[in-house]
Amino acid sequence: MIALLLILIPLIGGIGLFFVKGEKAAKSLSMFIAAANLGLMITALVTKADTAMHFDAAWLPQLGSSFALKMDGMSLILCLLTTLAYPVIFISTSNNQYKSPHSFYGLMLLAQAGILGVFVAADGLLFYFFWELALIPVYFLCSKWGGERRIAVTFKFFIYTFVGSLLMLVGLLYLYFQTPDLSFALQALYDVKLTTAQQSWLFWLFFIAFAVKMPVFPFHTWQPDAYEESPTAVTMVLSALMVKMGLFAVVRWLIPLFPAAAIQFDNVVIGLSVIGMVYASILAMQQDDIKRLVAYSSIAHIGLMSAALFVNNQSGLEGAIIQFFSHGVNVLGMWIVVDLIEQQFGTRKMSELGGIAQKAPVLTIMLVIVALANVALPLTNAFIGEFLMFNGLFQFNMWYAAAGGLSIILSAVYTLKMIQKVFYGESNATTAGAIDIGWMPKIGLSVIVVAIFIMGVFPKPVFALMNDTVTTVLGIYK
Amino acid sequence: MNLILLSAIWGVIMMFSGLFISNKATSKIIALLGVVVLLIANILDLNGILIINSDFGGMLSFDRFSLLFLTVAVGSLLIYLLLSNKHIIEVGNHPYEYYALIFFIMCGVGLVALYNNLLILFIGIEIISIPLYILTGSDKRNLKSNEAALKYFLMGAFSTGIFLLGIAFIYGGTGSFRLESLVLASNDQLRPFLIIGIVFVLIALSFKVSAAPFHFWTPDVYDGAPTVFTSFMATIVKVALFVGFLNLFSGPFYANYNEWQLSVAVITALTLLIGNITAVFQQSVKRMLAYSSIAQAGFMMFAVFAGNDFAKQGMLLYAAAYCLATIGIFSVLVKMKDFTFDGFNALAKKEPFVAFVLTVCLLSLAGIPLTAGFFAKYFVLAAAVKTGTYLWLVIFAVLMAAISVYYYFRVIQAMYFKEGDGQDIETTPVYKAVLFVVAALIIVLGVLPSSLLNWLTLY
Repeated sequence: MIALLLILIPLIGGIGLFFVKGEKAAKSLSMFIAAANLGLMITALVTKADTAMHFDAAWLPQLGSSFALKMDGMSLILCLLTTLAYPVIFISTSNNQYKSPHSFYGLMLLAQAGILGVFVAADGLLFYFFWELALIPVYFLCSKWGGERRIAVTFKFFIYTFVGSLLMLVGLLYLYFQTPDLSFALQALYDVKLTTAQQSWLFWLFFIAFAVKMPVFPFHTWQPDAYEESPTAVTMVLSALMVKMGLFAVVRWLIPLFPAAAIQFDNVVIGLSVIGMVYASILAMQQDDIKRLVAYSSIAHIGLMSAALFVNNQSGLEGAIIQFFSHGVNVLGMWIVVDLIEQQFGTRKMSELGGIAQKAPVLTIMLVIVALANVALPLTNAFIGEFLMFNGLFQFNMWYAAAGGLSIILSAVYTLKMIQKVFYGESNATTAGAIDIGWMPKIGLSVIVVAIFIMGVFPKPVFALMNDTVTTVLGIYK
Repeated sequence: MNLILLSAIWGVIMMFSGLFISNKATSKIIALLGVVVLLIANILDLNGILIINSDFGGMLSFDRFSLLFLTVAVGSLLIYLLLSNKHIIEVGNHPYEYYALIFFIMCGVGLVALYNNLLILFIGIEIISIPLYILTGSDKRNLKSNEAALKYFLMGAFSTGIFLLGIAFIYGGTGSFRLESLVLASNDQLRPFLIIGIVFVLIALSFKVSAAPFHFWTPDVYDGAPTVFTSFMATIVKVALFVGFLNLFSGPFYANYNEWQLSVAVITALTLLIGNITAVFQQSVKRMLAYSSIAQAGFMMFAVFAGNDFAKQGMLLYAAAYCLATIGIFSVLVKMKDFTFDGFNALAKKEPFVAFVLTVCLLSLAGIPLTAGFFAKYFVLAAAVKTGTYLWLVIFAVLMAAISVYYYFRVIQAMYFKEGDGQDIETTPVYKAVLFVVAALIIVLGVLPSSLLNWLTLY
């Protein structure tokens, strides 16, 4: 039941927000809805009742599709990330002004409903529905409130993902006609016996959809532009949550549906991911715009996760799933800092910034912690995930691990360079009047920092949570 | 049956009232009344209550699919009239005649949906076509309108000839016009006649539904005709012809599936390709919609291609989704002075509600989930996947659907994201209420397509 409410609250709240007048009302109401959803999520985590995790209602009986929701461990982790991210986003960006704020916040919440739906859907057609439902509000958000080149860039993003999801739909339809009693239920689709030949082309129909979303090299070209041009609150949703949809879908759908093809093509996928890691890291080093820098660094991190998903061992899978959460938290922190800098100084160029640290110590401390987590320093959350993923990659093939390791070194280079250029050094005309951050962003960033340390020191509950998912997926592989 | 009789009678009533009533505005009231009568009569028909219970010696057959389709068609007609009444009257000096022609066309629509004999199909198509030629040229002082009418007439007459030739060949092969006797055993020596006949009929019907490569008349005719009539012929008439097409190919011709399957697949692929690619380059929204109607015809061709139970459900949903969305868009377009994409700039600021409904319609045409268009495309594609062959065609179709997003979204981008003043649009509360119904229906069908499809299996 809670699974259903998690979707319904932002959905109804989001629609309701369109009719709210006034900026203040829109902001506080959206904040309230996001907080309520987080509360609900925590209730689900605490009770862990079976009835809370499942929901099943008739939807389209003729098609063999039902409104079936199921939360397993991985879903819980990602739902927690989503419900946690929204209040943090709303708090940290609460000083930003938007034209017609009620539509902005309404669309944000609709996007949340779609994303949560993807994470809990246990029916093929329903999954497809939510997959698209998450995209439409984001399309409007980016095109309406984005930067100068927003229309063209967002359109590219939309077409890329739309082509991907349509290919997935064809694959899904084919799979559906292979089920004995024509059903879209997750378990029925798992049970379909496919030949290796069928698997190998269905695999690509699904994989392209997910690869575009993640994005994996060479499907990533929409991403830096889209991240740069979107309003930062939306960029946070895109990079902290929506890329997780692709990664999640690999674990929930792609690998269990086509295990033979996943083994057959493991070298291709891991190869592409590793190329993407190194390539994105090198590009990140060249950037002057911090938003683009974080965007490329995000591609590099995603590359490691997508590689780790295909190594077919426990270490890689566990590391990737824990990194879903950690990466979400860390990248959220990075974007918050980027947004605060942009709001205060009106520029994101490293060459135009410098010496903020003296004037804004709190912001600097927060950023340094987030940035160190981003380069996976021990005691931070990302260390555990990246260590396990590298361990898994190493077991699979040493050379991939070596090439991937290169990108970690590079990530330290560009992250530290960014801190140095923006926060230290001489202050200039732009940054001379810098002031420290207000209470709201402080709260938002504190939540992030606390999450970084808790996960870094005591990750055991998360491992316990994901146990069932890992067992299922590895079981299917065998 | 009720529909065929009543629409013919109401057409005559409309014509005569034109003689006795000089007030133009009265025409729309009589017409609306007529459509409501048709709708009620058709729903009664669906429940087995008939004015005359006869199939005219086996000339007609009444299956649930066709009857339900007619209900959708008449429902769409009602919405169409409610939205565009004012503009029909403004086309020229003969509103009563225009309405009469529309009712005659509905009579033809009834015949095309319910025929059980090739001759009835032929008569139905002609009853549809001839009034359409007139409506196309109804803007008498406009050269473009005249040109469109002449072009349409000449090409239409030519395709009618081919259609008749096809029927003659089929008659030569099977010795009958009745659908149930059109099937020959595969060792029959007369089979080549039947196959040639099927090919000719395929060509003629492809022309009528503007499938490529027989689509060349469509953009000019749709662009030249008065916008309000373009809306009518691009929607209700087109889907009716598709239903006739589908009934023929999923019925008697299905036995020869292997012979025509490849041709239909190629026609489908070409229609999708030409419709979508050309629509991308249009500067006028009206012409874009003309090409988009070709592109949508490509998807409806999938129903013909597959010919199974999914295809019929898909055709029904497609008819509803496509009619609703296209009628909705045209009803706004007809109120605009500037038909270019830029004409839609900043419409969302000026008329937020109209822009919202337009967005729903466009999303539906693009086949985005939560709108009726998604399930329409879903069903026709599922029908094709179910046949188990020609999967490349399905993959090709979804790529084309992605292209269609490009030109549909251009309108959305203009309305919401571009700067400008926004054109003035005259709206009335009734107009807005009907638009609301259109949007609501699209979304309801997009969430629960069974609300329409359940009627197929009831009783």
